[in-house]
Amino acid sequence: MANLVEIRDLKVEATTDSGRRVEIIKGISLDIADGEIVALIGESGSGKTTIALTLMGYARPGCRISGGSVSVAGKNMVALGEKERARVRGTEIAYVPQSAAAAFNPAATIMDQVIEITRIHQLMSPDGARAKAVDLFRALSLPQPETIGTRYPHQVSGGQLQRLAAAMALIGDPKLVIFDEPTTALDVTTQIEVLRAFKSVMKAGGISGVYVSHDLAVVAQIADRIVVLKGGEMQETGTTDEILNDAKHPYTRELLDAFEPKPRGTAGPTEPAPAPLLKIDTLVAGYGPRQADGLPLVRAVKQVSLTVEKGRNLGIIGESGCGKSTLARAIAGILPAVDGSIHFEGRELGRSARERSREQLREMQIVFQYADTALNPAKSIEDILDRPLAFYHGMGSSARIARIDELLDMVRLPRNLRHRRPSELSGGQKQRVNFARALAAEPKLILCDEITSALDTVVAAAIIDLLKELQRELGLSYVFISHDLSTVQAICDEVVVMYAGEKVEQLASSELASGAKHPYSKLLFASVPKLDTGWLDGLDQRPELARAFSKAG
Amino acid sequence: MTMTTTSTSTTSVRKSGNRLGYRFNVVGILGLTVILSWALVAVFAPLIIPYPVGEIVDLDYFGPMSHDFWLGSDYLGRDMLSRILMGARYTVGISLAAVTIACFSGVVLGMIAAVAGGWLDTILSRFLDALNSIPSKLFGLVVVAAVGSSIPVLILTLSVIYIPGAYRFARALAVNINAMDFITVARIRGESTWYLIRSEILPNIVGPVLADLGIRFVFIVLLLSGLSFLGLGVQPPYADWGALVRENIGGLPFGAPAVMFPSLAIASLTISVNLLIDNLPQKIRDRA
Repeated sequence: MANLVEIRDLKVEATTDSGRRVEIIKGISLDIADGEIVALIGESGSGKTTIALTLMGYARPGCRISGGSVSVAGKNMVALGEKERARVRGTEIAYVPQSAAAAFNPAATIMDQVIEITRIHQLMSPDGARAKAVDLFRALSLPQPETIGTRYPHQVSGGQLQRLAAAMALIGDPKLVIFDEPTTALDVTTQIEVLRAFKSVMKAGGISGVYVSHDLAVVAQIADRIVVLKGGEMQETGTTDEILNDAKHPYTRELLDAFEPKPRGTAGPTEPAPAPLLKIDTLVAGYGPRQADGLPLVRAVKQVSLTVEKGRNLGIIGESGCGKSTLARAIAGILPAVDGSIHFEGRELGRSARERSREQLREMQIVFQYADTALNPAKSIEDILDRPLAFYHGMGSSARIARIDELLDMVRLPRNLRHRRPSELSGGQKQRVNFARALAAEPKLILCDEITSALDTVVAAAIIDLLKELQRELGLSYVFISHDLSTVQAICDEVVVMYAGEKVEQLASSELASGAKHPYSKLLFASVPKLDTGWLDGLDQRPELARAFSKAG
Repeated sequence: MTMTTTSTSTTSVRKSGNRLGYRFNVVGILGLTVILSWALVAVFAPLIIPYPVGEIVDLDYFGPMSHDFWLGSDYLGRDMLSRILMGARYTVGISLAAVTIACFSGVVLGMIAAVAGGWLDTILSRFLDALNSIPSKLFGLVVVAAVGSSIPVLILTLSVIYIPGAYRFARALAVNINAMDFITVARIRGESTWYLIRSEILPNIVGPVLADLGIRFVFIVLLLSGLSFLGLGVQPPYADWGALVRENIGGLPFGAPAVMFPSLAIASLTISVNLLIDNLPQKIRDRA
């Protein structure tokens, strides 16, 4: 019996700005059987989304399917004309995008957009379509399935919107659904509900799926088969169990290794320090105009106290919107705190960076999440690293040149990179430059605000290793902010859990899973997907607990 | 020597990604050529004019183009070619001075407002908005009529008129750059406002600012010609191109070259500037 999808020797070409042709997909062959869910996994630029889009006969602007065939249900999507393709899209093949928020039109109600496909293809009457949509909402366990369709996209939460995007895809009874990183932008606690809903709907309808993701643990829950991609080539393919437990290809093993949290080894020398390096006491920070009580309208950080010992690392973990980045900004003095105190090495720091001395600013550096916006695109790497050396240390020009070489060595970048501009570096390299700039100041404490979140797993793991190594050599301390439990576990001694602007709990990194007492910490730790195919099904989680802590219900 | 320069330039191109790769297209080169020739004419005008500008050399008025008078003669029988060549000094010189002052002050103020924010931004913005609300021709007329026309007064008036536009433009660009993380990094490094605008913001807005400078130059040329046409610009016996058009407007019914060629000169300069800025090398335009 023929498979639903048969991709044979697929090649996709892209034309670069300078007019050069680059082959981005180099001969992929792939089969998907009826009712099977195949995951395409790989880092950014591996071609996973490009392959998924060719299933609809689509190549992004500047790209062109240059060879091979993609047959879906007996039709070769490459050879079809644009009109025939349009007829197939939505009815036989449907697509769930990464960012549902960007895929919905904010000016129309959800129901109108969900049933749009039935209207375009004239599949059924509007009333029939609405009834079917409500059934789908119910199947995807959305709250108030009868009335949620009358709302507008901004009136539902991100996780709900992602499930509504799935409903939109499923309404035309497709044979194949393409999920393009549908849970990447969601918090872990929300991700579980969405994954569960997807899985049950797909299994119930016997629908085939292509699940594009960079997260092996998420894929392990939903896919039957995994295809590992790198640089437009297939590295390895196998059933989910085979890949997870018996990976053959070195790249797959690298991906698996990068996922495993490597617990931080011996926690640095615990010399009895006279005073903690950083001590924060009942800090309050927020946005908006001051109210009558002297506090801002939106209080993003409420009365948080914590201490960082010299040579030790503190992790701050929580979902988006919990105030962890605001806390980092308040500590750095970017957003002056409105109440509370910050002590650094026993001396009180001004709340705003302007009130701090140059020396105080030097000793505490911050590295941001988005490596590209943190580097001035008009300057060379050399100029970027040069400035803190001249500014803080007043070095002569030859000393600076030598020091820049040292800094590049420290962050494991080749020295000849110094003449390049940030746009000519990869994401991981840019983050290393950011780190080198912080190191140039010779700080005692570095605030790392989600520094690995925008990077691929393997690259992020290398950055974490670098951080550990530098800490051993230079005796630094880190405040490491992240939403990703495994990275925090890999580098921190102590972990603070934040929820809705408050510090919920502080735990030693080794006892995160066992020692959590607060129900929110328990929920958070239990929600992190594990590299185990049965994890999602075996998860015993009370939905009312998850709902109690999810923001929009 | 040639060998070494070529080889270093190619290697640096490869290394730093087209560092010297200012590639123009044909239209851009055409515009640049016309602008450069007018600039040369403005500089060397006294050396190349065939007749003194103030002297009546032709017996006829509104004389046709001839071997002696290439562009004919004006309403008094003065040589048109000489007058246009000398007029370039006034038109190009005054406009260039005015556009430099306008863009420099506008861009610097705009960047300061974007970086400093708060009350300084509010006061500057409202003040310049108020200035912007006065119609430019009317403002020019009133000032020149009140103070009297001289070249410094013209330059200052024209630049004041065009500062608010340059300010608005630069501030809008700088506000976007100011929101980037690398500015935050520089701020908490303890850098001064001056360093922020000079080293962090300016390099990132220089492309659009140059394009804006070109447009503003064209506006100033047109406004200056307009003022001169109304008799408030450069005063006789000297004349910029606008004044030349006005002087010889009586020749229009006769199709005299004396009224055509100054108009063509204005058109050629303004169109060339537009062609140049529309076709700036990709490298400069990308600095947005």
